[in-house]
Amino acid sequence: MKELRNTVCIVGVDESDEIGILPGKSQLSLHLEAVSNAARDAGLKVSDIDGVFTAGQHSPALLGEALGIRPRVVDGTTVGGCSFIIMVGHAVAALNHGLCDVAVISHGESGKSQVGVSPRRDTSLTGPYEIPYGFGGAPSYFGMITVRHMHVHGTTLEQWAQVAVSTRKWAALNPKARMREPLTIADVLKSRPVVYPFNLLNICLVTDAGGAVVLTRADRAKDCAKKPVYVRGAGEATEHVMLTQMRDLTFSEATRMSGEKAFAMAGVTHGDFNHIMLYDAFTSGPPIMLESLGFAKRGEGVHFFEEGRSTPGGSLPINTNGGGLSYTHTGMYGIFPIIEATRQLRGECGPRQVPGASLSLVNGMGGMLSAAGTLVLSNDGVR
Amino acid sequence: MDADRPLPSPLTPEAKPFWDGLREGKLRLPRCAACGHVFFYPRVLCPKCQARDIGWIEASGKGTLHAFEISYQTFNRAWKIPPPYVLAMIQLAEGPRMMSNLINVAPDPKVIRCDMPVEVVFTKVTDEVTLPLFQPEGAR
Repeated sequence: MKELRNTVCIVGVDESDEIGILPGKSQLSLHLEAVSNAARDAGLKVSDIDGVFTAGQHSPALLGEALGIRPRVVDGTTVGGCSFIIMVGHAVAALNHGLCDVAVISHGESGKSQVGVSPRRDTSLTGPYEIPYGFGGAPSYFGMITVRHMHVHGTTLEQWAQVAVSTRKWAALNPKARMREPLTIADVLKSRPVVYPFNLLNICLVTDAGGAVVLTRADRAKDCAKKPVYVRGAGEATEHVMLTQMRDLTFSEATRMSGEKAFAMAGVTHGDFNHIMLYDAFTSGPPIMLESLGFAKRGEGVHFFEEGRSTPGGSLPINTNGGGLSYTHTGMYGIFPIIEATRQLRGECGPRQVPGASLSLVNGMGGMLSAAGTLVLSNDGVR
Repeated sequence: MDADRPLPSPLTPEAKPFWDGLREGKLRLPRCAACGHVFFYPRVLCPKCQARDIGWIEASGKGTLHAFEISYQTFNRAWKIPPPYVLAMIQLAEGPRMMSNLINVAPDPKVIRCDMPVEVVFTKVTDEVTLPLFQPEGAR
């Protein structure tokens, strides 16, 4: 993939017209608003789009139809919330092969209000082997990973809570974030117990939103409206779906593989990044991702979230939009960290702008660290 | 009899010996005849060596608590057991892991520990369905 480094750019990003709790908008409307807004951000017309990439309940064929376009290439890879991150790599390949000239990756999900959604699909395996024991939502699974990590590495509830505190500080600076009031570790520990080890504030929001990302080849990107953001590296991998099949609950093999691929394509190493976006469905996720990506030794990822490191003004800002914990989380969050990384690399973020942001890591998970997608994004095209 | 929990569904043909065994008080696990790998959930191909010759063993019912959660709410309308209850990932002595509940124990993180020894408790849910729940070894 090295030869594809910096050959494709993100040229347009945006959310749906509104994000949050939107009982008046269908899931499909959230998609269409996001695509329309992202195309406008790029200075392109929706009719310029000839590649449609989307994950979740709606197929790329439906999205193409609803947009009134006939895509030449479609991708509906659905391996959880990181699918949109994985699709950036797929779009890089498709654009380089000339399968399309302008690709859109679109997300729309009425996760809270459930307007215009299809019946939930479970895998055929949770029904017989997990549901009879009382499992259900994601918190009833991710806690297993978290408890095992605490047992093996001695991590604590206070350390997980620090992730929520750090992320909320960024949310306070983002007018689009849903939860912006200051938060303390004690607030997290005192919030409603949902499933041990998680209290409510260890768990992401559940919202309604859309988001879209428009990509084109680097030569064409120079003609778009905004400064191009280069896809320097991309990686993906999957390990499991059923949590019992995960080899080591405290370490994401999919994340390790995905990260190594993305870093090798990009020709970068850990110390090169000055901005990081990590999929934060639960407070324990980002530290475990940092360990799996090789940023931290096992058990030490939590230290990245201490004051002065991940926080505003800190040495390595993480989740600067306020994350799934405080900004928005529809269910499949992965499009939103791409949008934020792009805005940071363009320098569009106002009070939450990371000064000098030039190399950004986006890492997402699908399911329970089951799948992973990693991106290395930069604002210069130097190969 | 009325089930106090969601019933397992779908019951697939490749898993029939598992479900039949539970009704007889036996915890059966699939075992690859080619490489000897014991695995769970049941499937027609060995996930270790990809061979297609799969037999069954009767497991000891012993294992350890690999990980757990204590749920303070229910995640399914068919779940009638009042919270808190303990969600458990069991490491079976024979190698594979399975999800279950830990019963006959206080739902307290100070009491429940990862890697504590556990043993199966065959729990009849309906005439057709018996589930393998687990308790701390020697409880009750």
